[in-house]
Amino acid sequence: MSPHVHSGNSTQKCMLQVLIALCPALLWSFYQFGSGAIILTLASVAFCLLFEFLITRFLLHTPSTLGDLSAVVTGVLLAFNVPSNLPVWVIAIGALVAIGVGKMVYGGLGANIFNPALVGRVFLLVAYPVQMTTWPSQAGYADVETGATPLSIIKRIVNGESTLAAPDFMDSLLGVTGGSLGEVSALALLLGGIYLLVRKTITWHIPVSVLLSAFVFGFLFYGCNMTLALDQLVCGGMMLGAIYMATDYVSSPMNSRGQLLYGCCIGFLTIVIRRYGAYPEGMSFAILIMNAFTPLINKYIKPQRFGVVKK
Amino acid sequence: MTNEILIALGALGALGLLASLLLCLVAKKFNVFEDPRVGQVEEVLPGANCGGCGFPGCHGMADACVKAKDAANSLEGLLCPVGGNEVMGKVAGILGLEAGAAEPKVAVVRCNGNICARPKVAVFDGAKSCAVAAATFAGETGCAFGCLGLGDCVKACQFDAIRINPETGLPEVDEEKCVACGACAKACPKFVIELRKKSAMKSPMPKRVWVDCINKDKGAAARKACQNACIGCGKCQKVCKFEAITVENNVAFIDNEKCKACGMCVSECPTGAIHATEPVMIVVEKLKAKKEAEKKAAAEAAAAAKAAAEAAPKAEAAPQTEAPKAGE
Amino acid sequence: MKTFKLGGVHPAANKLSAGAPIQVAAVPDMVAIPMAQNLGAPSKAIVAKGDKVKVGTVIGEPGGFLSSFVHSSVSGTVDKVDVVEDATGKKVPAVFIKVEGDEWEETIDRSKDIVRDIKLDKQQIIDKVKEMGIVGMGGATFPTQVKLTPPPTAKPECVIINAVECEPYLTSDHSLMLAHAEEICIGVQILEKAMGVKKAYIGIEANKPDAIELMRKTAANGFPEIEIVPLQLKYPQGGEKQLINAVIGKEVPSGGLPIATGALVQNVGTAFAVYEAVQKNKPLIERIVTVTGKSVAKPGNFLTRIGVPVANLIEAVGGVPEDTGKIISGGPMMGKAMPDTNSYVVKGCSGILIMKNAEARRKEAGPCIRCGKCVHACPMGLQPNFLARYSELNLLDEAEEERIYDCIECGSCQFSCPANRPLLDWIRQGKPKVMGILRQRAAEAKAKADAEKAAKEAAAAK
Repeated sequence: MSPHVHSGNSTQKCMLQVLIALCPALLWSFYQFGSGAIILTLASVAFCLLFEFLITRFLLHTPSTLGDLSAVVTGVLLAFNVPSNLPVWVIAIGALVAIGVGKMVYGGLGANIFNPALVGRVFLLVAYPVQMTTWPSQAGYADVETGATPLSIIKRIVNGESTLAAPDFMDSLLGVTGGSLGEVSALALLLGGIYLLVRKTITWHIPVSVLLSAFVFGFLFYGCNMTLALDQLVCGGMMLGAIYMATDYVSSPMNSRGQLLYGCCIGFLTIVIRRYGAYPEGMSFAILIMNAFTPLINKYIKPQRFGVVKK
Repeated sequence: MTNEILIALGALGALGLLASLLLCLVAKKFNVFEDPRVGQVEEVLPGANCGGCGFPGCHGMADACVKAKDAANSLEGLLCPVGGNEVMGKVAGILGLEAGAAEPKVAVVRCNGNICARPKVAVFDGAKSCAVAAATFAGETGCAFGCLGLGDCVKACQFDAIRINPETGLPEVDEEKCVACGACAKACPKFVIELRKKSAMKSPMPKRVWVDCINKDKGAAARKACQNACIGCGKCQKVCKFEAITVENNVAFIDNEKCKACGMCVSECPTGAIHATEPVMIVVEKLKAKKEAEKKAAAEAAAAAKAAAEAAPKAEAAPQTEAPKAGE
Repeated sequence: MKTFKLGGVHPAANKLSAGAPIQVAAVPDMVAIPMAQNLGAPSKAIVAKGDKVKVGTVIGEPGGFLSSFVHSSVSGTVDKVDVVEDATGKKVPAVFIKVEGDEWEETIDRSKDIVRDIKLDKQQIIDKVKEMGIVGMGGATFPTQVKLTPPPTAKPECVIINAVECEPYLTSDHSLMLAHAEEICIGVQILEKAMGVKKAYIGIEANKPDAIELMRKTAANGFPEIEIVPLQLKYPQGGEKQLINAVIGKEVPSGGLPIATGALVQNVGTAFAVYEAVQKNKPLIERIVTVTGKSVAKPGNFLTRIGVPVANLIEAVGGVPEDTGKIISGGPMMGKAMPDTNSYVVKGCSGILIMKNAEARRKEAGPCIRCGKCVHACPMGLQPNFLARYSELNLLDEAEEERIYDCIECGSCQFSCPANRPLLDWIRQGKPKVMGILRQRAAEAKAKADAEKAAKEAAAAK
């Protein structure tokens, strides 16, 4: 039955591309935070794999799905979203929630509504707020104040609690600032993103729309301050979210129009949470909220049809 | 403090009252009248919503029963295959009628082209569905009529009563669980599954004889594709005393109404295409013993023995499933 | 470079037999000419056992409006009229002819001269095309005379010749262009005349630079109205709707005929067959068939008489290789797998593709990861994942809402699915069901309108 040929692409290969694309950021993290970053990432991956294996083996009695590498991606992304000095037992709980509650309860890969890594991350943020917001002082950057991320600095500036200078754009782009394990270097993440675009693993629609709308709304909501608006793009989890988390196949819309809408909404929500919310960072919440809207977007936003003239 | 509690109580109480009033009004305003008997009938129906009765779900069936009572004062033609006569009796009781007893039926797979008997000539790697396979090509074997073995019937069954046996590659019906709703027969794109009476004769023991093949190819072609095929030779037709067997399009068919399950045809079939359930097989064995006694040609005896051997595994299935019931 | 606007995929071209010269396949001792060689009703055999036929003798008449004439491709005696299996294993009636010599009907001009002058007028051309049994040679085998007589409301503006050959492996059109460029151009002119238009485009994909060059040169030499349009490599550019979109930028409206855009699309092989029919009086009795595959010893293009056993052609390239997994009639994207090699070459058979087992076998399907690759690949702007799911669950209303009827079954979705899901298999299940509902609805609406009209008239009469 036709077609008799196949592109040769597979779920596993897609996931592998994502992992490759995440490598620069991981290397930067190693450089920035030391071996703890690598250990935490490996631990996260190991726990994700372990929990997925246990669940498929003993709860679902289905064949193992470790081979599709999706658990590995979840593990890496979860680790990227937490401080590098997080205790390993905390990341283990995060992995259990990510794989168990974020993915397997829905029936495994393809059936989950929310991005598993973000489910894990948000759970940890709520359950272990102290560990999750204690940032390490960076090796070699002792003069940078300990425990403050660029976004919390911005928050304080905007709220008039601090008179510090706004974070430097270049510093944030390179990643010589504080923050979660994998999110600090916007440049390394961008490199991976370009790789994913070139390999056609993802399309440009989601990252570009997220960044663009974050910039536009950032400019508007931060009092037309260009520095703060640009900071929104490179600080915190913006790049990681826009390129790797929001583009998660399973929880994002499928056609380009839906993806554009989804991306714009994420950008908007992120800025709203960052500016007016209690947390300095809003990326993960924004993505999770829009994940919930994905089925609705899929239902109502249809792709451009061939041969259908708009009246 | 007390004041605040009172305000809260008052406000919530008022809200509750308002809401309940609204609910009452809406319920009155949008009330849809329904014959109360429909609800009563639906209560006694099994509630599986299998559609085996031909109506969309048990509610549809209940509605149809009430309408039939009002229109014709009888429940003729209406049967809940799941609940059977027992449930129909209850339904009739509610509606003040006498229930006529309908013969219980069971799904019968009319293909015995197992993996050994029916060599594969092609490989299908499309979507795992009989419907897709049937739309694509004749089938993986030389037989264009038989079971495709991809399990659309299994998916259709709401009662877990039909399974593909991995050893034969064919579906097997669990007679205990089968309620003859006909979903599998509808799902089968090759029309391999037929609903037949559980018993050909009015007796407590299930006795059924059927032709386990629907291949319409000419004898030689059918035989080439499958060892167990009916070749349309007509021997069974000749041996049948009740004119229950007809051969049309190179395939024999046993009329459910006329068949007395004597088992004559089973022992006569040269390819073992006619199958019977256990009690009949005893008769068949007797027939064979008689033949032996008469010292017929050795070749003929061998053919009959082969027929019995091939029919045996199918017949064994029944007592196995009956065993736990006896233990209860 | 031009191409169509939505979706598309890039399967490996694998044009193994590109540039291989056209070989003439040997005429076997016995041919079987199937009577179902066109889209629509099968033809009716009008010969019986023992009849003597020559090359070009009519042996089948149209069985309906959408049907065509069938001619004998050999000379000899009719052996029997029986059923044969077509490429999908379906049984179709066929005329078996025992070959004796190679005697042609006298009316056929067998000389090698190229006739440029088109003497016949519009209607005569259409009649001739019908009489000579010409059908669309791209694979759909739509009777050409029907396509040349569009509904009176249509306003034809141009002829588009499909020389895209976007299917991987196939090279029959390519080799035809290299060998018969001038004849093709004359054929295009005949088609223009039949349609009453003054403009023609020949769409060729960029991976055939030699053909583009040659066709350009030929067209410059006396065919000013023919424009060669090189097209960017992308599957399914050879789809009628996609080709029109790529060449003249218009979209065939959903549910409408391609002629609504003013363009008549014909395959390049059809243009050549039309030339031969109109200028040389030669019926469609032979075609070029690509026989190819990665393990095939000598892939090639064969000028083959209709009705030659497929097995003979495979023999000519060195037999079936050992690692063969599938034999396909047509290309790998839309061709049909043959259950065996017992079928016969028909008018629509552009290639025999022998695929290696490893290449042809599908991988186990995994769960849909909703990556949307099928959506991005679909040239019709559909969402194949939904269509497949709806078809599988028999949710026909939803499938209709998702426009399942627009699917052209090109297979791009399934090709690009990382989870190896059998998307098209399922869509093919649901599409005819929805089409049936649409037709029934249209018929009911028409009946209702007719009844109302009749009632009105009756009321008016009173």
